[in-house]
This record gives sequence, C-alpha cells and structure tokens, in this order.
Amino acid sequence: MHIVACIKQVPDAKDVRIDPETCTLVRQGVESIVNPHDWYAVEAALRLRDEYGGKVTVLTMGPPQAEEALRETLALGVDEAVLLSDRAFAGADTWATSLTLARAIIKLGPVDLVICGKQAIDGDTAQVGPGLAAHLDQPYTTYARRLELQDGGLLLAERLTDMGYEVVQMPLPAVVTVIREIGDPRMPGLKHKMRARKQEIPVMGAADLELNPEEVGLQGSFTQVVRVFSPPPRCDREMLTGEPEEQAEKLINRLKEAKVPGL
Amino acid sequence: MDYFLTEEQQMIKEIAAKIATEKIRPIRAELDESEDFPWEIMKILAQSDLFGVYLPEEYGGLGGGVLENCLAIEELGRACIGVATTYAASGLGAYPILLYGNEEQKQKYLPVIASGEKLAAFGVTEAGAGSDAGGIQTTAKRDGDDYILNGTKQWITNGGEAEIYTVVAITDRKKGARGASAFIVENGDPGFSFGKKEKKMGIRTSATRELLFNDCRIPADRLISREGMGFIVTMKTFDVSRPGIGALAVGLCQGALDISVEYARKRVQFGKPIISFQAVQHMLADMATETEAARALVYAAARYIDSEAKDISKFSAMAKLFPTDVAMRVTTDAVQVLGGYGYMRDYPVEKMMRDAKILQIYEGTNQVQRNIIGQELNKEYGRIKETFF
Repeated sequence: MHIVACIKQVPDAKDVRIDPETCTLVRQGVESIVNPHDWYAVEAALRLRDEYGGKVTVLTMGPPQAEEALRETLALGVDEAVLLSDRAFAGADTWATSLTLARAIIKLGPVDLVICGKQAIDGDTAQVGPGLAAHLDQPYTTYARRLELQDGGLLLAERLTDMGYEVVQMPLPAVVTVIREIGDPRMPGLKHKMRARKQEIPVMGAADLELNPEEVGLQGSFTQVVRVFSPPPRCDREMLTGEPEEQAEKLINRLKEAKVPGL
Repeated sequence: MDYFLTEEQQMIKEIAAKIATEKIRPIRAELDESEDFPWEIMKILAQSDLFGVYLPEEYGGLGGGVLENCLAIEELGRACIGVATTYAASGLGAYPILLYGNEEQKQKYLPVIASGEKLAAFGVTEAGAGSDAGGIQTTAKRDGDDYILNGTKQWITNGGEAEIYTVVAITDRKKGARGASAFIVENGDPGFSFGKKEKKMGIRTSATRELLFNDCRIPADRLISREGMGFIVTMKTFDVSRPGIGALAVGLCQGALDISVEYARKRVQFGKPIISFQAVQHMLADMATETEAARALVYAAARYIDSEAKDISKFSAMAKLFPTDVAMRVTTDAVQVLGGYGYMRDYPVEKMMRDAKILQIYEGTNQVQRNIIGQELNKEYGRIKETFF
C-alpha cells in the first residue's frame, strides 16, 4: 500500500498581512508552518500504513524552503518526502497546482491512495484535493473523518456533512480529503527526527514531470487574484428556490444582471 | 542563554517541549485534581523515543547520558513535575541495571525500558529507613536457585504502575551496610503486591505506593551484581540520578517564571502593569537569576558525570540541593506575584508551589545532600597537604 499525503507550507496565520498593491499575501518575514489541516492528512496516512502496512510519501509543491515542512513530517515517521520546486511553478492556481501534483503522483506510482487536508488556511479553496482526483481520473471523497480499507481494494470513508455523516465506498486508487476528526497528529519521534535530518529529499521540476512551462504556475492557471478585500457584512441575502435547473437558470440571470465578466 | 548543546540534545529539548506544551500543560490541572496516573502521556513519551535518551544504543537507547536525561526532564517539568517525576522515576529504576547489571539483565530489561513499553521503579525507602538506609528491614534469603523476599517498601514512585522494580533488601544482617543487596523484581512475581495509592500534597498524578513482599520468590539471576553490593548500587545510582531532580526543579522554576512575568506584564494596579513596580521587578529578577544559576549547575554536573569522572558525588548532590531549594523559593514567589489569583486553584502556580516541596525531600533530603557535600569536602581537603593560610 503506497499512500501519498499532500501538504502545503503556509504563512503562520498568527501574523498574516496582505500587500495592498499586489493583493497577495506578504510572505517576507512571516514564519512558515505546515498547513494545520494537512497534519491530519499525514496522520491519516500514517495510521493506515501502521494498520495495513506499506509506505507513506509526503508531497509538496513550493519554494526550496518548503523542504523544512517536509522534514517536519518525516519526524513523525513518514517514509519518504518529495519536493516539487521550480520557478515555473510560481503563481499556480488550484488547477495548475493539482495538475502538477497529479503528474508527480503518477511519476511516484503506483500510488494506492492520495490524502489531502480539507483545505489550506491561506487560500481556503478546498479545491486541490478534488482537482487532483480529476487530473488523476480517480474517485474521491472529501471531509472524511474515518477511513478503512476493505477486501477487494475498496476504501470505506465516513464523511462529515452538515446534517450528520455519509458512508461512502470506492475502489482504490482514490483521493480523499480528511478533517480533524480523523485523529490528532502524533508527536515527532526522536529517532525519526534524527533520520529526517539526514534523509535525502528529491526535488522535481517541470522538466522532471514532463510538463510544459505553459501548463504550470501562473501560465498554466485559469484564475488569477484580481483584488483582495474584507467581505462586507452579510445582508440582503436571497434564497433561490425551485428545481436545480430552475435555480441554476435564475442564478445565471442574476449574474448576468450583475455584469459578471464572461457571462 | 546558549549552553552549546549538540544538535541531538537540541532535538530532545524540542520534542520534550512540544509534548509538554501541547499534551501536558492543557491537562496538568485535571491530572492534579483527579490524581489519575498519566498513562496517555507516558505512551506519547514512549512513541517519541524519550524513554531511551540516556540509554546506550545497543540496548535500544539513543546513546545519551545524564545531560540528555536532564534536558528531557527539564522540559517536561516545565509543564508538570508530577508527569516529569513519573518519567524520571523509570530512569531511576533503570540505572541500577545499567550501572551494575550483567549482560543478560541489560539485554532483558533495558530495551523494554528504553522503548517505554514498560516503566521501571526503584525501591529503597521503608517506614524505618529513609535518610538512614541502614534501617532497611526487607530481607532476601537464598533458597536453592531462588531468593525469597519479605518486607515492605514505602512511598515508591511508579509503584503499582511499573513492571520492573529494582529493590534493595538485606541478605546478611550481620554485615551491616555490606549486607544489603539489589534485586530485580517483576510485577506479577509470586508474593509481590502493592499498597494503596498514597494521597500527596503535590505531584499528585504520579503514583506512590507500598511494595509488599510476602514470601516473594524470584530466580537467583535477578540479583544485581553480587550479594552485599546493595548500598553501593544505591549510592552510585543516586549519584547519576540526582541531577535529574535538579532538572525537575529547573523546569518547575522556568514554568513558574514564565507565568509570573507574563502575569506581571498584564496585571494593572495603580494604573500600571505591576512589573513596572520595583518591588515586583526585583522578585522576578531574583527568580530568573536563581533559575539560570540552577540550570547552569545541573548542566555542568551532568556533563561532568557524562565525562566518566570518578568524584561525582559532591557535584551530583549540589545539582540536587541548590535547584530544589531555588524551586521552593521561586514557586513561593510566583504565588506572591500572582497574589490572590496565585492562591486560587484556577491558576497553575499554587500547584507548582505544592509540587516544589517534594523536590527538597525525595531522592535524599536536602539535609542528606548537605551531609554528602560536607563529607566529601572533609575527605577532599584531608587529601590536600598544602595550607591555604
């Protein structure tokens, strides 16, 4: 069983500032941490490995210093870590990020299960996990609070919903995103930490992944951040009713009225 | 202050500090109140490999020494010395085997202690034998291939929770101090049982029980070293373990200082934070200075012991005596800095003050430490021929 846990290095939320000119996060002088939700992905992967055997690889895309985040996960007993780092990857949106990660997972393959945190605390999109599944053409589920392997290469997941929880079953290979209820991340171990200090972490760039520069980073992104602002307080909300098709039509009309670009 | 720790020593500190902050600190008040044994935390310490920091690599340890042990103890003690005492007491139980055990005993017991799979404990004290270890009444009689133990050990830390006990018993009363021997007793040995958990003033999460030996039969290969070595095993064990008590004290002091300074910066009286008043500032300054001095002494003594020096008793006793007396003052002053809040159980410093007291008592009272230091001075200067006048 080969499990890949994807993590992201994010600025420590305790001191986040936004550059008013570029509308992006100011990363200089801000300490980086492993996205808190991703620790649950790593823990989920380790628990499955401990129970069913196999190995866990942790994968991240980021600048060279993201290696530190990978070493932190190695200290928990992760078997291998891979860093995707290339100037060409800079400015990637969730599409380009998930494409790049997916390509790396194929290169690392065969991989039975990919686990992500539910979202990153900087972008908060929660799109990379499902995006990965789309690029890998694999089944996926989100917000899993419990995972269990079943005979015949099946994964059983309990996913939390607003109303309760759903139990879903899917064939492996698959992609899941997990939440806090999956279990507290373990503490680092001294022996793992000492090994982590020396362990080699392979770095892969666009060429290694056989990706063209226009497929990755800012160039490969379909979205870009135009403006960042604090949302106005919620008021005059309106619920659209009717059949899903009706609701969708109403929504499109309202967006057109609001002159949303592209509609 | 930079104590020029190695990268590995730094890692020990970091991991112990992370566990202390994230896992121990949030539940220390609850553990103090419930007096429950901290099994959950012991499991975490085991998974993090902390039980083996001072044990050789061939027995599953990390190959460190007394300093490594002290660093882990200090960081855990910064959150709760009840938990840290439990951790340190397993080391105390392991030291006699490490120092005087034969190869089979080391192979059998040290790896499971290093992995944290089993806790150890050390049993010397009895109702009539505290500072005066010569008063030990527990006996061990040779019977064929076995020894039969009879008697009661009192106030044994980790008693009832540990699996492996090193116990001192009299094998030949006629020989006095040379008639004591050290044995390994396992939980489950026939005739071995425990008294009830004692109700203590502080370190209430740690387990303190009687060890009851009622015709307890153990194989003769459980004898550590030779018959008659019991007191030497005990004294040499304490020589290497006592800086650990100093480390508990340093951790406790640091924990109390952290809270005191943070509080003094926030607490406003007469329109100003109380840290701006010299009366409070000077208390904090003394607390910080004494804490740092205690830490420096513990580290220096630990390093000296790890250098395999022979004359360690005096420095080891100093590294227990000074930090623990400091801890009593620092925690008392921490309560004073927090005033009425400090006296309330909603705040952590009253527990720290209650916890501090035991440090001056166990593993040799501070009066006994002064005896050791005084006797060593007498011996040391007796050997010097020159005069200093």
